[in-house]
Amino acid sequence: MSNKLEVRQLNAWFGTTQALHDISLTIPDGAVTAIIGPSGCGKSTFIRCLNRMHEVVPGTRATGEVLLDGNNIYGSGVDPVQIRGKVGMVFQKPNPFPTMSISDNVTAGLRLNGERRTRGELATIVERSLRQAALWEEVKNNLNASGISLSGGQQQRLCIARALAVEPEVLLMDEPCSALDPIATTKIEALIHELKQEYTILIVTHSMQQAARVSDYTAFMYLGRLVEFGPTNKIFTTPENKETEDYITGRFG
Amino acid sequence: MSDSTIRQHSDPHYEAELKELQSRILEMGGTVEKQIANAVAALVSRDDDLARATIERDHVVNRMDVEIDDLCIRLLALHQPTAKDLRLITTGLKITTDLERIGDMAVNLSERALELNQEPQLKPFIDIPRMADVAQAMLRQSLDAFVREDVELSLKVCRDDDIIDDINHQLFRELLSYMMEDPHTVSRAIRLLFVAKYLERIADHATNISEMVVFMVKGTSIRHLDRVPPSV
Repeated sequence: MSNKLEVRQLNAWFGTTQALHDISLTIPDGAVTAIIGPSGCGKSTFIRCLNRMHEVVPGTRATGEVLLDGNNIYGSGVDPVQIRGKVGMVFQKPNPFPTMSISDNVTAGLRLNGERRTRGELATIVERSLRQAALWEEVKNNLNASGISLSGGQQQRLCIARALAVEPEVLLMDEPCSALDPIATTKIEALIHELKQEYTILIVTHSMQQAARVSDYTAFMYLGRLVEFGPTNKIFTTPENKETEDYITGRFG
Repeated sequence: MSDSTIRQHSDPHYEAELKELQSRILEMGGTVEKQIANAVAALVSRDDDLARATIERDHVVNRMDVEIDDLCIRLLALHQPTAKDLRLITTGLKITTDLERIGDMAVNLSERALELNQEPQLKPFIDIPRMADVAQAMLRQSLDAFVREDVELSLKVCRDDDIIDDINHQLFRELLSYMMEDPHTVSRAIRLLFVAKYLERIADHATNISEMVVFMVKGTSIRHLDRVPPSV
């Protein structure tokens, strides 16, 4: 059986600057894969290529293949919006829609996709998504409150609930905890552990400790190249590559 | 350490603490080597004063054990070390335990020396100094291997443990025959057997240290194998 997500010889550019060089990687299913590397190494560009978010920036392009269930998401006739429904994304700063209530935030993705649901169906989805995002107990009596009335950590879990509401298969997280305090971070990390039962998760993080804590596999990127990929335990105790070793022990640059 | 190939840490303070850890372990190793040399000398030359001085100095080794542990725990808590640094620190924690035990062996050797000195010498010292030489060489080489990150030397130390075991068996048979011939020799022979046992333990601890050095350098464990691997 093929993996959910497989990357073959991926290259990406911003104008004439090449940001990714020939990245090939099979993402393990039902596991958390952390992408680490110094600023500007292409981590974010890499995961943004996995749901065709990279091309949203003018002047960018990508070549190579990203296979989702064996089908190239860069193939002709593929609708990027549909891909983004299957490959959800959570960003660095919590970004709930400020004018929407908590429940409207959760269902925003469904409504943007033009899906018609009954009020009852929507309520079910709101509860299921908020429960999955470990936020339900904290907001269940306040679903009509504004999304931005929540704390930073709650807002981020709301964004995760919003991503989960469209029932994606893969979840991309771009530094989901960098704007959060340690307690909120712990909650998101615990949530990631829960979610990996059902989703294939990729997380970009600047915190090596976070990568060590939450991920099953770690990919180290440098200057747009994939330097080393392996089980997290191995990367953090006995990495194969000298550059990986230098980076994770803080001897870089 | 092969410093030329290692880049500087972006936090010089942390780098300095790692260096300090290394030099503290070596300092402790040197102190323990000296303790063993003195204990063996006290025994062979029947020197009560040296035996007592050796027992007295054990607290220095104990203090170093506690201080190095503290340093390791501080580094673990404050820097969340990874990879090679993590292996240096966890190896440090284990090596100091072995060194401290070797220090205790120096005390035990000195105590037996004081007891043996109260009776006439049972037999000329031949095998025990030879065993002590091998054990001390193993200890010294295990520490050299630690500083130089020398896997080959570590493996040699592990193999040399067999020499110690051979001498130990030979000594056991010889002392047994003394005791069977003349029961008056029993108390001295038993003390000499203890001495041999202590030296054998020192060699075991040196072997442990060498095995930890292999782990520190390569990240692979060679402990509890039936046979020392030819290479790692």
